[in-house]
Amino acid sequence: MNRRQFLRRAAGLPLLMLPAACRSTEAMRFSDVPIVPACQAPTFEDTERWNKVLVLVELAGGNDGLNTVVPYSDANYHDLRPTKALARENVIQLDERLGFNSLLEPLLPLWKSCQMAVALGVGYPGPNFSHFRSIDIWDTASGSNEFLSEGWISRLFAEARPPAEFAADAVVLGRNAIGPVKGKNIRTAVLNNPNLLKVAKRMRKLPMAEENPALAHLTGVQTDARHAARVILEKHLEDVELGTEFPEDAFGQQMEIASRLIVSSSPVPVIKTAIKGFDTHAGQSVDHPELLASLANGLAAFVQTVKAKGHWDRVLVMTYSEFGRRPKENDSDGTDHGTSAPHFLMGGRVRGGFYGEQPPLDDLVARNLKHRLHFRSLYATAAREWWGLKADFIKEKGLGCIA
Amino acid sequence: MSKTRVVSFLAALIFALPAGAVPFEEARHLLARTGFGIARAAEVAALQQLDYEAAVDRVLGGVRTQPATSPPPWIDELPPTSKEMKAMTAAQRVEFNKATRTRWQPLKQWWAGEMLATPSPLTEHLVVFWHNHFVSEVKKVKWAGYMYGQNALFRHHALGNFATLLRGMAKGPAMLIYLDGRTNRKGRPNENFAREIMELFTLGEGRGYSEDDIVEAARAFTGWSINPAKGTFVFDPKRHDDGTKSFLGRQGRFSGDDVIDILLEEPRVAEFITEKLWREFVSAEPEPGQVSRLAAAFRNSGYELRPLMKGLLTTPQFRAADNPGTMIKSPVDLVVGTLRVLGNPGLEPRNVTSFQRRLGQDLFQPPNVKGWPGGEAWVTTNTLPLRHQFLNRVARGGTMNVAMPDGGDEDLMELLLAVAPVTPPEETARSRQRLALLLLDPSFQLK
Repeated sequence: MNRRQFLRRAAGLPLLMLPAACRSTEAMRFSDVPIVPACQAPTFEDTERWNKVLVLVELAGGNDGLNTVVPYSDANYHDLRPTKALARENVIQLDERLGFNSLLEPLLPLWKSCQMAVALGVGYPGPNFSHFRSIDIWDTASGSNEFLSEGWISRLFAEARPPAEFAADAVVLGRNAIGPVKGKNIRTAVLNNPNLLKVAKRMRKLPMAEENPALAHLTGVQTDARHAARVILEKHLEDVELGTEFPEDAFGQQMEIASRLIVSSSPVPVIKTAIKGFDTHAGQSVDHPELLASLANGLAAFVQTVKAKGHWDRVLVMTYSEFGRRPKENDSDGTDHGTSAPHFLMGGRVRGGFYGEQPPLDDLVARNLKHRLHFRSLYATAAREWWGLKADFIKEKGLGCIA
Repeated sequence: MSKTRVVSFLAALIFALPAGAVPFEEARHLLARTGFGIARAAEVAALQQLDYEAAVDRVLGGVRTQPATSPPPWIDELPPTSKEMKAMTAAQRVEFNKATRTRWQPLKQWWAGEMLATPSPLTEHLVVFWHNHFVSEVKKVKWAGYMYGQNALFRHHALGNFATLLRGMAKGPAMLIYLDGRTNRKGRPNENFAREIMELFTLGEGRGYSEDDIVEAARAFTGWSINPAKGTFVFDPKRHDDGTKSFLGRQGRFSGDDVIDILLEEPRVAEFITEKLWREFVSAEPEPGQVSRLAAAFRNSGYELRPLMKGLLTTPQFRAADNPGTMIKSPVDLVVGTLRVLGNPGLEPRNVTSFQRRLGQDLFQPPNVKGWPGGEAWVTTNTLPLRHQFLNRVARGGTMNVAMPDGGDEDLMELLLAVAPVTPPEETARSRQRLALLLLDPSFQLK
C-alpha cells in the first residue's frame, strides 16, 4: 500500500462515536489559550482544597508516546516505523488523526464520558536524553540547565501546607522513586507494605530539631512514620469494601492501595505511583503492550472503584515520564530515547479531550519530536486549577481542563 | 555519652593524649567509615596503638584481592553457546532458564557470607562501591558466573589502578550484556554503553561531551563481544565500524580502546571519581579545594587508587571532630556491620540477603544503571520500621547468643554509637534492654 492509498483508506474509516461536544476540532498552539471542549462539567460541591487528591502515575523509563496515542493516519508514522507502527486494527480512533493503542481500551469509557484529557506533545526546551537528568528536571520542575533538589510538590507546598493532622502530605506506593514529593516542605510516607504500619506506630516518640542533617532526617522520618501509621491504621484499610478486582501486577496493587486510601477518606493530598520498564530499547513489541495493558487495567479498576464509592470528583490522576521515544525505530526491536510524548489527566472534574497538538513527524529536530506543551503546564493545572494555589515558580499556564 | 562528655573527650583528644596514639573515637570513625558503619572493640583497640597515618596504612594494607570464602562450586561454568541453545527443545530451554535463575540467590548469599567473614571490611566496602559505580544487574545478565566474574574484578582492582579497572570492566561479559555492547555492531549501533561510560563511569552527566560524541563512541565500540567458548571478551573485526570518527574534538579511525584512552586523558575523570569516593567515605559535600588537589595527584599517578584513598582518609574534613555520625548507614552497613559486632541471632544467609533487599539494597540487582542513590534516600517511612524490625531481632537475640560487647555500659555506648543518643537509656536499664534501646536510637543508623 503506498502512501496515497493508505491515507485514503485511513480517511475512509469511520470515527469512533464520541460525544460531539467532547471533540476538540482545533488544536492549541504552545501556550495559547486552550480550546476547551464544551463538555458539561459534572456538578459537584465546592470541596475544601485539601480534600482533593492528586494521583501521580510515573511511566518510568520513557514511554513511547507514538505507540500510546497513535498518529495512525500520518504516513510518516508508518514510514518511520516499518515494524513498530501499530496495524489499523490495533488502533482505536479518537479523531481523524489520532487514536489510542487498543490496549488502552479499558480507558475508553472515561474518554467517552469526557473525563480524560490527553495533553499532546508534552516536553520541554533543550531536552536532555539521560534518564536520570531528565527525570530530575521533571521531578523538580527545573529548567533544562537548572539544578534543583526539591521536588515540585515540595516547592508547591512551600506556599501552603496541608493540615498537620493529615496522615502525610504525600504517600508513595510501591518501590518507587519519591522524586516529585521529595523535599523540605513535605511529609512523605512510603507505603509498600501496610503491615509495617504497626511496627512504625510502635517506634519511639522523638524530640525534633537536630543540627546534624543526617540525624534530622532520621528523626523526621521516624516522627512522620509514627504519625502516618497512627492516622492510617485508624482507617483500617484492609477492611475497606472496594467491590472491584484489581490486577495482581505491581501497578494494580498500587492502585488498589490508592483506592483504599481514597475510599476510606485517609487524609492524603498526593499519592504517587509508578510503572517501571518503559525503556524499550529492545523487545518493545512484547514489553510495551504489557506495560500499556498494566497501566490501563490498573487505572480502569481504580476509576471504577473510586467512582462507585463517590470519590471521583475529588481525584485528579496525572501521568508523566522523563521523555518520549524517538520516532524512528531502531534495529533491535525497540525505540531509543526521545523527547515529547502525550500524557493523561483524568478525574470527575476533568474536561476531556485533546489539549496541545500532536508534534508533526515531518518536522523533527535531531531526529526527535518538537514539544508543543511544556510539562510544567500540567503542573500548573494541578497547582492552580486543581488546588487553587498561585505556584509562582511555574511560569507556564495551565491547560484549562479542570471544571 | 552526654554531649558534654563528647566535648570533653574531644578536648582530651587535642590536648591531653600522647603524640601519635589514635584516640578511641578516631580509630572507631576510621573503621566505621571504611568498613560497615561500626567496628569490633578489638579492631578499634588494635588501631589505637598506632599514630593516625600508620592506622590508615594498616586499614589500606589489609585490603585483599581475593575473597576469603569459596564461591559456589559452579561459578566457573560457562553458559551454553547459541548453537547449544538452539539444539535445546522448548521444554529444555524453560528448564535451563529456571536453573539459571536458581543460581542468583546462592550468589547473593555467598557475597553476604564473604562480608560477614572477611578480615578486611574495607575490601568489601570498595567492591560494593565499584558495583554501584560500574553497575550490572543479574536479571539482565542472567548468568551468575558472569556477575561473579565482575565482582572478582572489582575485588582484584578494588584499591589498584582505576584505568585498568575501567578497561577490564568494559570488556567483562557482564557489562557487555548489561549495556548491550555485544549487540552493538557496524551499521546497527547501540548507544547504551557509549552513553553510560561517559555519563556514569568517567565524566559525569553532561560534563564535556555531546549527544554526537555518544553516537561516535558507539561506532568505535562496535565489534566488541563475548567468546562463548571461553566466556571472555572477543573483538570481531567483521562487526567493527573502522571508519573515521569524531570524538571529543578529535578525528580518527578510533577503536573502543582508543575511546577509553581519550576519555582517560580528560582531567574531569579524576575529579569525578575523587568526588564520588569523597561522597562515599568522607562526607556528602566534597570540598572543592581538596578535590582538585587529590584529583590532580590521582591523575598524575596514572589513576592509582591507594594513594587517593589515603589522601581522602587524611583530609581535615575526614578527621574533623564533628564528622563522625554525619552519614547514614547503608542497608549493607546496618545488616552486616551489626551482625559482625553483635553476632548472628540465628539468621540464615537467606534472611540476611532478604533484609538487605527489603531495606532497599539487593546486591547484584541495583535499581538501574545509576545504582543506589544512597544517603538520606536509604531511610524512608517504609525502610525505617524495617530497620527496626531487623534491630529488634538482633537485640532479642533469638535462640542464639548475641555477643554483648566486652566492657561496661559506657564502653558499649561508645562502641555502638558515633554520636550521643537522641534518647539516652536510663542508667537503671538492664544490659540487654539497654542494648535494645541503643540499637533503636536514631543515632545507631549513623556512621
